[in-house]
Amino acid sequence: MELYQLTAHELLDKIKNGEASAQNIADSLAKRIKDKDSKVKAYVRLSEHRTPNTEHRTNGIPVSIKDNICTEGYNTECCSKILAGFKPPYDATVIRKLKAAGMAILPLKTNMDEFAFGSSTENSCFGPTHNPWDLECVPGGSSGGSAAAVAADEAIWALGSDTGGSIRQPAAFCGVVGMKPTYGRVSRYGLIAFASSLDQIGPLTKDVRDCALLMNMICGYEPKDATCVNAVVPDYTQALANDIKGIKIGIPKEYFIEGIEPEVKKIIEEAIAKLKDLGAEAKPVSLPHTRYAVPVYYIIATAEASSNLARFDGVQYGWRSKEKAQNLIEMYKNTRGEAFGEEAKRRILLGTFALSHGYYDAYYLRALKVRTLIKEDFDRAFGECDCIVTPTSPTAAFKIGEKTDDPLKMYLSDIYTISVNLAGIPGISVPCGFTKKGLPVGLQVLAKPFAEETLFKVAHTYEQNTEWHKVKAKI
Amino acid sequence: MEYEAVIGLEVHLHLETKSKAFCGCATEFGKDANAQVCPVCLGFPGSLPVLNKIALDYAIKVALALNCQVQEYTRFDRKHYYYPDLPKNYQISQYDLPLSRNGFLDIDIDGKTKRIGITRAHLEEDAGKLIHKENTTLVDFNRAGIPLLEIVSDPDINSPQEAYAYLTSLKSLIEYLDVSDCDMEKGSLRCDANISLRPKGAKELGTKAELKNMNSFKAVRDALAFEIRRQTEILDAGEKIIQETRLWDEKSQETFSMRSKEEAKDYRYFPEPDLPPFMIKEEKIAEIQDTIGELPKEKMQRFIKDYGLSQYDAKILVGNKSDAAYAETCLRGYPQKDKKAVANWLVGPIAAIASDNAVSISGLGILPKDVLELIAFVENGKISHLAGKSVLAEMAKTHKSPAQIISAQNLVQISDEASLEEDVNLVIQENPKVVQDYKTGKESSIMFLVGQVMKKTQGKANPKVVQEILKRILKDSSL
Amino acid sequence: MAINRETVEYVAHLARIQLNPQELDKLALQLKDILGFIDKLSQLDLSEIKPTSHILPLNNVFREDKPQESLPIEKTLANTPQKEKSFFVVPKVIE
Repeated sequence: MELYQLTAHELLDKIKNGEASAQNIADSLAKRIKDKDSKVKAYVRLSEHRTPNTEHRTNGIPVSIKDNICTEGYNTECCSKILAGFKPPYDATVIRKLKAAGMAILPLKTNMDEFAFGSSTENSCFGPTHNPWDLECVPGGSSGGSAAAVAADEAIWALGSDTGGSIRQPAAFCGVVGMKPTYGRVSRYGLIAFASSLDQIGPLTKDVRDCALLMNMICGYEPKDATCVNAVVPDYTQALANDIKGIKIGIPKEYFIEGIEPEVKKIIEEAIAKLKDLGAEAKPVSLPHTRYAVPVYYIIATAEASSNLARFDGVQYGWRSKEKAQNLIEMYKNTRGEAFGEEAKRRILLGTFALSHGYYDAYYLRALKVRTLIKEDFDRAFGECDCIVTPTSPTAAFKIGEKTDDPLKMYLSDIYTISVNLAGIPGISVPCGFTKKGLPVGLQVLAKPFAEETLFKVAHTYEQNTEWHKVKAKI
Repeated sequence: MEYEAVIGLEVHLHLETKSKAFCGCATEFGKDANAQVCPVCLGFPGSLPVLNKIALDYAIKVALALNCQVQEYTRFDRKHYYYPDLPKNYQISQYDLPLSRNGFLDIDIDGKTKRIGITRAHLEEDAGKLIHKENTTLVDFNRAGIPLLEIVSDPDINSPQEAYAYLTSLKSLIEYLDVSDCDMEKGSLRCDANISLRPKGAKELGTKAELKNMNSFKAVRDALAFEIRRQTEILDAGEKIIQETRLWDEKSQETFSMRSKEEAKDYRYFPEPDLPPFMIKEEKIAEIQDTIGELPKEKMQRFIKDYGLSQYDAKILVGNKSDAAYAETCLRGYPQKDKKAVANWLVGPIAAIASDNAVSISGLGILPKDVLELIAFVENGKISHLAGKSVLAEMAKTHKSPAQIISAQNLVQISDEASLEEDVNLVIQENPKVVQDYKTGKESSIMFLVGQVMKKTQGKANPKVVQEILKRILKDSSL
Repeated sequence: MAINRETVEYVAHLARIQLNPQELDKLALQLKDILGFIDKLSQLDLSEIKPTSHILPLNNVFREDKPQESLPIEKTLANTPQKEKSFFVVPKVIE
């Protein structure tokens, strides 16, 4: 077995036993990337690095990083032309924490939808990533590069970001584990912001244990982020049980009515049946405002995005238009007009509109109120169960180009993941089967704020009693 | 047609915290451009703000001193506009839930007290500085992120003089709080004005013009005066006032409309998601109230009551915190119960010399004990009052004590009757006509004779003693 | 909510994004669709509901007023397209 095929915990054991060194692992990974990435395109700006070079530490397992997390001295561009060449003068907190924990950071960044705007990684200025299970399909998005890299063994483990499902959905599409922590669990300092009240950084890994290990390293209080909670981080590996007897899982009826593909529905139902076999009690719950989640998200997230992206104007960093500008306003307009992709423009305009004079009350303020209702739905549901189980996505991976003509169609594919960010609760997606075409399907488990341990317990138990995580894509 | 001016002032006050509002960069000045910045105040991608605790405390302190209601729940909002001195192209400010509202500041105008309402006072971050060149603009972000308190007055001000009084009272008050040096020339206090005219007695407001670029209190007053004239002319001609922003030009003493087309500003305010809201409890407010100490108004009343000063004198002395402390040391050290003499020296000759040197009385460098020594010398006749004034000037220049200066310059007043009689007799001989006038009943003529003796003695004669000697000698009807 | 070409033009100006006529037309249509979908929210009676602007029950987060080291000037200016001495440079601002 090649080193690159192993999980991080297996590699850590090997290092401890002296069977492999950090250099061996780095070399093995470099070889795999050289071999497969021309097909998968999980990484960006590959030509800038002759060999993927990692900084060596004693037990330096390389972590692959999404292109929107700041790494000092290495390009961090959010896969957007407007940040071309940007080298942050500082490390994101999670990067600092990983380094402090002895991990190595791969300077090669993973592909993503530009500024995390998307559910397919097709909005990247570098072109799409290809799903390792079917290279004609999308890997999901916006952390499609990270998910595909892990699925293709081009990464041992990776970090992504999740604003409306951007870790969980690509994890489901690529048959890997992906977790969005509770809002405030992980510091956002150094994450190039999309929607400040929804964004979280999280792991994408080959199995649940690796996810727990990575969570141990990246979670925790940080004074530079005022929205990061000062609460003790438990050792999540202690929650990796193999027992869910008596656990109450809530099945929200609104997630199974329309829009879900029959094949996916069947696979999810089988997974739920498996959980019941393992001792869990399933009960129906209701999240009545589910159907408003997508509209609410597309107001709040785009409003915040339009604000967060206002700073990209060519003055201090990134792209500045080379067109002769008569004055500053022209320079701004040319720069932003040239360098933002189509989806970015769409979202910025939508968000600007929602905040503009005369429309704020009708759109933004209303959306904030419905957000309250969505949060209350979950609060109520968690009063009746320990966790909620849903499909991660209504479909398996779709073909590249299939949904790019209709933005609304693309937005609706986020239906199961979006409410989670609006409510600020944690969620995990674990592989739970394959469609007839051989595409992975993900099972999503949700818990109340700061109850990641419940997620690990359920996810790990399920994983250890199934074989899905052992199946590898043949590229 | 007679018009009434309706004026509102918006003051931006730089709060003197050690570090910026939302990051740890130092706030001291004088460094190279862009030497005092970090990812946060530069608005680099991925950076996040965290509020400086002391900035909030200072803001609350000012709000309390301005009699505002400090809100229990307050939060920040993003105010969006594009400008190169604004790194994120939005400013972290406060919109609909500001820190404080509904306060007031009393000003003295024409001998009467007028209450100017304060709509609100809120916290926000400052922008960077621009330097305009021929074809480019240079940007320095050292100032970006410095905490500002925006104080908005109600449109209760009705004249340029009232505006001036408002600003001087505001500065005087805030100086007492030790949170800002309120210096318009240094840029720690900035002021914009809104002014409209309406027919006297009318209820509806006229169209307002916003005035910017005034760099001193005087400039604010002059700009408003110019605007009143300009708007009056327009209205008298039957035309309409355009709502616009106008810049004051100090050189030409006029306001000019900004060249760029005015568009309605849509700031797209929304709650700042990176900063959780703030709850300000009663205990916190009480804690800060305690740090406020005696404010100018109270001090003035106390000076009047405890030291017997006139309202006029007391008001001048409390105008500036360090001056008030200086004055109080002098007043306390004076042995008599009635301290008016001290006040007279402080408000009179000492203030005059200070003004000539462009400092405040406490900035002259004259020790209070030396002031008291000087006053004692004059009062017990060692030197004349006139000589006292020139000793004072020397004290300001050399910082020597009165005793040293008097002996060095040989200014000791001559009070010895015997030595003065000679000069008195000489003067009587030289001025027979004036002597005659005095003897025939013109009492005031004696002052001329006293003056002549002062001249002869280079001002050293004790005028009181001279006058007595003259009266004695002239009473002798043999002359 | 009717969103037409003029609205998109105005919003694009607010957002400082230059759009060509084809983009304007396309975006006007797409935004119209999306807003039509979002109008679903008007079905709800929200008169008694409080808005959630911060999802965490956090408040009063502060930092101490202690100066920290700033960025070295070279790092600050490293990414800018145009600089002069230690200043950022932009096309002239019309005032």
